[in-house]
Amino acid sequence: MDSERLFALVGNPNIGKTTLFNALTGLRQKVANYPGVTVEKKEGTARDRHGNQFKVLDLPGAYSLEAKSPDEEVTRAVLHGERADTPQPDVVVCLVDASNLERHFYLATQVMELGLPTIVVLNKTDEAKKLGVTVTAKKLEERLGVPVVPMQANERVGMEALQVALSSKELAKPQWRPVEGNVAARYEAIDQLLSGAVARSEQERLTPTDKWDQVLVHPVWGWVVLLSILAGLFYAIFSLSGYPMGWIDAGFAWLGECVEVRMQEGDFRSLITEGIIGGVGGVVIFLPQILMLFFFISLMENTGYLARVSFMMDRLMSGVGLNGKAFIPVLSSYACAIPGIMATRTMESPRDRLITILVAPITSCSARLPVYLMLIALMLPLGTATQKAFVMLGLYILSILGVYFFAWIFNRMLKKTETTLTILELPTYQRPSWREIGLQILDRGKIFVRRAGTVILALSILLWAMVTYPKNQEYEKRVAAAESILETQSELSGNLTPQIEVLISIEKEVTEQNVKLALRSILEEKQTQLSDANRIIESKSEEVRNLTAKKLAHSAAGRLGKAIEPGIEPLGYDWKMGVGLVASFAAREVFVSTMSIIYLGEDKTEEGGEVSKKMAAEKRADGQPAYNLRTCLSLLVFYVFAMQCLSTVAVTRRETNSWRWAIFQVVYLTGFAYLAAFATYQISGFFIA
Amino acid sequence: MKHIAQLDVGESAILGEMKLPREASARLEEMGFLPGAAIRLVRRAPLGCPIEFEVAGTRLAIRGVDAANIFVG
Repeated sequence: MDSERLFALVGNPNIGKTTLFNALTGLRQKVANYPGVTVEKKEGTARDRHGNQFKVLDLPGAYSLEAKSPDEEVTRAVLHGERADTPQPDVVVCLVDASNLERHFYLATQVMELGLPTIVVLNKTDEAKKLGVTVTAKKLEERLGVPVVPMQANERVGMEALQVALSSKELAKPQWRPVEGNVAARYEAIDQLLSGAVARSEQERLTPTDKWDQVLVHPVWGWVVLLSILAGLFYAIFSLSGYPMGWIDAGFAWLGECVEVRMQEGDFRSLITEGIIGGVGGVVIFLPQILMLFFFISLMENTGYLARVSFMMDRLMSGVGLNGKAFIPVLSSYACAIPGIMATRTMESPRDRLITILVAPITSCSARLPVYLMLIALMLPLGTATQKAFVMLGLYILSILGVYFFAWIFNRMLKKTETTLTILELPTYQRPSWREIGLQILDRGKIFVRRAGTVILALSILLWAMVTYPKNQEYEKRVAAAESILETQSELSGNLTPQIEVLISIEKEVTEQNVKLALRSILEEKQTQLSDANRIIESKSEEVRNLTAKKLAHSAAGRLGKAIEPGIEPLGYDWKMGVGLVASFAAREVFVSTMSIIYLGEDKTEEGGEVSKKMAAEKRADGQPAYNLRTCLSLLVFYVFAMQCLSTVAVTRRETNSWRWAIFQVVYLTGFAYLAAFATYQISGFFIA
Repeated sequence: MKHIAQLDVGESAILGEMKLPREASARLEEMGFLPGAAIRLVRRAPLGCPIEFEVAGTRLAIRGVDAANIFVG
């Protein structure tokens, strides 16, 4: 289908290229990366008025064709036809801001000098009118010899006229004499082009954006608004998304039960229920939080508020070499590092972006919460809620310090290859386009499920295999025997209970003494049978638990835990904790369910209290509790820093386009976690007996 | 010599020389920061830095340290 014409959208960042791209292509779009760079390639298809299909390419935003950033370099190379992966466009659609034509024609005139057929889109005409700027499109059309279409892309005003221009068979090349000389010469040529075509009513007045900014970046109100928005965001992420997360959890539990009922017991069933359904469920459950987060980020970006957040936060980030644009990605990582890392796409500087990606996993994401809660409860068995909250707060503060510390280190380590100038553009505010926000959320959600989902699925299958194999035939037989006894005894106990109840009620009503006595002796017999059955159930359940723990010790995961025991002993851990660490390498929250497999012999996370009791009772060889204060502290510190989330590794690999950085991230974070936990355990030994 | 970070809020001036790395000044020139252009300090961020300027209809913010190397003509 190479006969389809390729239209490329070109313009400055924030001009509304993506809005126009979405308006043209709708859902018929594909987002990928340009090979070799981490620049997003957005391509889609649309139909013209004659029903002919054509392709649309949304080129990265650029201020100039003398490229200074990777984004601009891609745009430049594609327009020159220098990229092997992308053909030179047949037609260029150049977007310019009607309220600020001088600057936008800087790029547009450079593009016109390429000599490709061109359409000029005069976007944001409504804003220009508000600012008292009127542009006579006809005059520009005459001077340039190409269509000049006034539009408000976010309101879809002017789409019809654009469609007419796009459908024209013979699109003209612009009549524009290349500018020779420097920047000033180009601005002079642009002045000539625009003279008489742009009228400005000379009035100093406050624009709507000025009025908004008087509040939104006010030294007091600005912070009030920002903190309220952030509070709302975190409320939505941690509280509101609890409902859909509950439904998803219940849905997957139901699915697992359905399979359990319909399939023969065995390894294959366990693979499907525990490995696959459990694994996929573990990913999908984070989707509500992630979509919620993207909704907020898209909304802030779409309205222009995100730039103000960067403006306000830049000072606080610049001390460690980050800029204000890193604030939202880092903040998002407190919910989950994956959307946080994906949100770094709004940062132009590759160096700042890399630093932000590298430190993002240190933030205390929500997957750490269950682990923290479990360990804090073990650490302070008699602690009050306030004391526990303080420990939690301490962990959050530690993670903030960690982010700042490592950002500072990397800022020193990484060579400054590009211009050190930070420019924050402050676009005019605009009403949010829900359609565009919806498309953006959909797009990000898809990336999350695809990237994180496949990795987690593969890993949960691997983890399942590691705790299941190799099997010990003797344990398997004993478990099977114990389970069959359990089944018959449970049935017996189930039958006896109602019988006893009936007997008791009859015995109460009967008045004759000898009948009463006879009933009582039957009742006693039944009660003895019941308590026997219950005793057997208890002892056999205990046996099954012990055997399951032994099976785990025999499995690959258990052996791995034992193998690393000498390495983690100086941190205060035993091999069972080692299994938990190994298992939670895929995802942190797995620690809790692994602990319940180890200590209860069954994966029943809802009986969290039960697991904790067992863990609290666990003793070392010397009789000391295994989960003492020092060990718990050391574990908590380990969990603050360690990179135990393979989905994040996958996303880092994708966003940095290199395995090198992804592996570096795992190594530096886990290595530091080890050292920090070691120091915590050893140093605390001087203070705590 | 007076630099643009020393302007008051709302004060306008004419741009003069820029003492910035070549690539940085080229980027600013492309965005309209040309000698002779009118520049206005719009506002400072709540923490004092960065500073928002308006040049030729464009609003953008740069850091105080960079603004201190852009002089008024």
